[in-house]
Amino acid sequence: MNPDHPAEDEAPSTDAPWPIDPQSGRGDDVFVFSLFIAGMSPRSGRAVDNMTKLCDRYLAGRCELQVIDIYQQPELAQEEQLVALPTLIKKLPLPLRRFIGDLSDTDRILVRLDIRRRP
Amino acid sequence: MNAPTVKEPEPKTSGPGRLEKVPTGIQGLDEITRGGLPRGRTTLICGGPGCGKTLMALEFLVHGATRFGEPGAFITFEETAGELATNGASLGFDLAALEADRKLAIDYVRIERSEIEESGEYDLEGLFIRIGFAIDSIGARRVAIDTLEVLFAGLPNPGILRTELRRLFRWLKEKGLTAIVTAERGDNGLTRHGFEEYISDCVITLDHRVSDQISTRRLRVLKYRGSVHDTDEVPFLIDEGGLSVLPISSLGLDHQALTSRVSTGIPDLDAMLGGGGFYRGGTVLVSGGAGSGKTSLAATFARRACREGKRCLFFTFEESSSQVVRNMRSIGIDLAPLMEQDLLRFHASRPSTGGLEVHLARMHRLVADFEPEVVIIDPMTNLLTVGTASELRSMLTRVIDFFKDRQVTALLTSLTAATLPSQETSDTHISWLVDTWILVREIESDGERNRGLYILKSRGMAHSNQVREFRLTDQGIELIDVYLGTDGVLVGAAREARMIRDEAEAREREYEAQQRQRRMVQRRAAVRAQIDALTAELEAEEEELRRAAEREHNSEGGKARDEARMAASRWVDQSFADDNQGRTVQP
Repeated sequence: MNPDHPAEDEAPSTDAPWPIDPQSGRGDDVFVFSLFIAGMSPRSGRAVDNMTKLCDRYLAGRCELQVIDIYQQPELAQEEQLVALPTLIKKLPLPLRRFIGDLSDTDRILVRLDIRRRP
Repeated sequence: MNAPTVKEPEPKTSGPGRLEKVPTGIQGLDEITRGGLPRGRTTLICGGPGCGKTLMALEFLVHGATRFGEPGAFITFEETAGELATNGASLGFDLAALEADRKLAIDYVRIERSEIEESGEYDLEGLFIRIGFAIDSIGARRVAIDTLEVLFAGLPNPGILRTELRRLFRWLKEKGLTAIVTAERGDNGLTRHGFEEYISDCVITLDHRVSDQISTRRLRVLKYRGSVHDTDEVPFLIDEGGLSVLPISSLGLDHQALTSRVSTGIPDLDAMLGGGGFYRGGTVLVSGGAGSGKTSLAATFARRACREGKRCLFFTFEESSSQVVRNMRSIGIDLAPLMEQDLLRFHASRPSTGGLEVHLARMHRLVADFEPEVVIIDPMTNLLTVGTASELRSMLTRVIDFFKDRQVTALLTSLTAATLPSQETSDTHISWLVDTWILVREIESDGERNRGLYILKSRGMAHSNQVREFRLTDQGIELIDVYLGTDGVLVGAAREARMIRDEAEAREREYEAQQRQRRMVQRRAAVRAQIDALTAELEAEEEELRRAAEREHNSEGGKARDEARMAASRWVDQSFADDNQGRTVQP
């Protein structure tokens, strides 16, 4: 397995040889996120809050977060292949990754974003 | 908008009036559901992989868009729009054109499990929005969702999915959409994820079974709330014309019996059938051994029907159509011009090209397309290679009911085993189905085989009980009276020999009679001569006798005269003389 390009399907094992730390790591990567929500439901609100916090805390200065209310642009649902909502799509850096739910499990997201090593 | 035709009385649903139905346009399906799918409700179609679920859903939408003025949205989880278009094209549907005309909206929902990470609660609002968007973009009245299982494979947390799907079905209903949802067959229960718990208005199962390496598709309306429907499994076909369901079981015994006749094409056979031929709409079985002339009889009948302007459909399971045409030409029956006029159509296929149901389905379809008045199945017994006798019987019952319902005169041929004396018994299992049963029988004697034909039964007509010799000549079929005598039935050369002998005997007898006649004349002449001689003799004798008497008389008169003369001379008393000899007194 190439340490520089971890396989997207497989969860990296705890002893993976690519410890990524928010401070060191790939500090120069800019993260581009689209967060799709359905109106201002409590769940949508939670997702926005959780994601905003995550960006501020771990990706300060290198995070672009776009929040899209799909009720306002329903045609985007097909374009973006949305099924479940809320959906967070990490567009950059590649590979593309999707998170569904209210994003309450921050640790899990950090691991899957390769920001934090799997505990 | 079209109103579905509901023939049978339906139990009232909760609302006022009957359950409204939406025609699917799928051949046969609307018949077994008595009008189509329930309007404004969701129908579940479940079945194993490759059983035709997607196609049925697609056809429902395409027919809705093209024939019933109801645009449709197709939400596919399995095939991309491109794949779907290709599949549609193979059935003659131009999906791209329908999309361009805003009659069809296709949304391919792609769910890649490996890309998706769950983090907290979610719902399927995205899917709802997509479906809603597709519907609103064209004003869809019909929706098909194919196949929802993919959600379970692609998204975590089945609990959420179940709740959301329940909401989806309720939402579809609220929007008044007539929907089809497809689902994979499950090991326990109808579907793998128990969709039947949520969708209970109408459930249709599709099945694709293989027995003896021959596959047959079957459909069953498992449930149809608030409506009468057929519950039998019915076969269906998928071919270049799309999907067709065969509601054969729905036919009863209420077809009209016709009294008009259809000529058999053989005048003598018409005569044997009480003059006129078969009943129109009747079913005729021609049984016989190999090479007994069954196909020739069938072709003769077909030609006759075509010449009367009737369309004829000829199913052959033994020969190709050109082979039949060539062979029939050898007995003076030229079928080619009839084919050119499109009065006669052949459908040649090996029985092994499908199960019985497939053949049945094909017959239905071809008969529905061509609308023939005469159908020939030659030989129907070949179908036994793909089914048992009882399956064949059941299939023939359905096909014959179908023919009768359409007033199609059908002639089936049956290849019977060998030339056993009891050969007819091998067909008894279907004989009750047919109206007229003609047996072509091999009669083997004196080193040759000949054909005898007789009518075993013919319902509703006085028919001949004669065995006729059946000959194939350059001019077609000829029926000859067989020789029936003390020696039994004689045919062929034996009949000829016997006839020659009979003629000689007859001549002999005639000669003898003439001889007797002549002898009688002679005898009469002889007797008459004898009579004349005797008469002459008698007359001679009589003359003799008369003369003798005369002589005697003369002599007696003389004596009296002499005595009188003497008395006068003696002056005897005159009175004495008068008394004595008054007359003779001479003055």
